[in-house]
Amino acid sequence: MKLLTLNFLTCARKACKATNAAFPLHPKDAELEIVEVELSPLFVRNILPRVEWEALRTLCQDLGLPQLPATAPEPGELFTPNPSDGVEGEGIEEVGEEGEPTQTLKDLHHVLLETTIREGKLVCGSCGHEYAVKEGIANFLLPSHLV
Amino acid sequence: MSRPEDTLPPDLFYNDSESRKYTTSSRIQHIQSQMTHRALSLLSLRSPSLILDIGCGSGLSGEILSTFSPETNPGGPHTWIGLDISSSMLAVALEKEVEGDLFLADAGQGVPFRPGTFDAAISISAVQWLCNAESTEESPAGRLSRFFNGLYASLRRGGRAVCQFYPKNDEQKKMVSSAAVRAGFGAGLLEDDPGTKSAKTYLVLTVGGGELDGDITGVVRGMEGVDVMDSRRRTKGRKRGEEAKGSKGWIMRKKEQMERKGKVVKTNSKYTGRKRRIAF
Ligand SMILES: C[S@@+](CC[C@H](N)C(=O)[O-])C[C@H]1O[C@@H](n2cnc3c(N)ncnc32)[C@H](O)[C@@H]1O
Ligand SMILES: [Zn+2]
Repeated sequence: MKLLTLNFLTCARKACKATNAAFPLHPKDAELEIVEVELSPLFVRNILPRVEWEALRTLCQDLGLPQLPATAPEPGELFTPNPSDGVEGEGIEEVGEEGEPTQTLKDLHHVLLETTIREGKLVCGSCGHEYAVKEGIANFLLPSHLV
Repeated sequence: MSRPEDTLPPDLFYNDSESRKYTTSSRIQHIQSQMTHRALSLLSLRSPSLILDIGCGSGLSGEILSTFSPETNPGGPHTWIGLDISSSMLAVALEKEVEGDLFLADAGQGVPFRPGTFDAAISISAVQWLCNAESTEESPAGRLSRFFNGLYASLRRGGRAVCQFYPKNDEQKKMVSSAAVRAGFGAGLLEDDPGTKSAKTYLVLTVGGGELDGDITGVVRGMEGVDVMDSRRRTKGRKRGEEAKGSKGWIMRKKEQMERKGKVVKTNSKYTGRKRRIAF
């Protein structure tokens, strides 16, 4: 499971949906895996405003990953300003009129899309329910008394 | 042909051998891919988006979402998250190393993502399964409503969803689409090849309030066989996608807003937003 996905995930229990503690879920005994994903600069730009930065920062801390800056990068930090006088050919088409993706964008891509949880558990801060993650797949089936 | 959903629960029907047979059948691959393309064109996504795939199975649709194509997936490649109730189907998806993240989950229990997560959602050949309750504690109507309420909340304003499904009969078609409308969606039904053996039903859903034209008639206008079942007539005078003050949708949205501001709000119940009966 990508860290991006975890940044959107909440506890599935009805009783938790309305509480603040049901987001984010907290990884436990997490085993990470880096899975290469083709860079999609426009996707990173699209999704960044929806990322809960504070939750992502804490998550990276908890997982022992390199520390993220205190605030989310601004849209202007994602692409180099001069698109047209860049190199001809590769990359340009992909990013349209945006110029080249910056290192900041590439770092975001790496953290959000290439860093994954392969094994472990995700724990709800509200009800304590543990969702198992196996081979990257989280089990969100609830026993009927918890629905 | 008998309907599989009348024979077994989905997680038992899609066991290891059925999931493999399903995924390797070139006939099924072809049909599922056609329907995915149809759904993608109805979503008309203009740039790489985050998409939820409900009942993603072995990822036949997901593979299409992940691939940019100037003709059939011009906005792609998209990033997708798939939910499925069958671990065997997901195991096949894992083997194929699909790019989306996978969840073992029952859509009838809701959609466990925070509000406004997804740009769009698709569901191909899965929603009819929700019309069966697998235990006495649940009802099809309850499962459909949990699903559509969850889906509605998890989509961003202006987002869209397309669900191709196989309704058993008109009654089921109506039960599904009215559950979607009750959750707050603008809804339209689109029928391809109606009356034939290969008839396909698409439920096209929009969430109002975005910068996009959230108007369902904008999506399916001029298409043959489209039945718009928007509830806009009731909401005349208000901006599209805005619920009546005090309605369930309105209360849920207010609660969402308050939650996001860090306030504790009361748990939603099926009674949320209902007129209270006078107690004697
Ligand atoms: C006909 S298959 C379609 C799979 C995939 N969408 C495709 O087009 O190839 C139906 C899928 O819906 C899934 N399904 C049925 N009921 C479900 C539920 N309640 N929650 C999640 N998935 C469900 C089944 O496990 C199965 O994988
Ligand atoms: Zn919980």
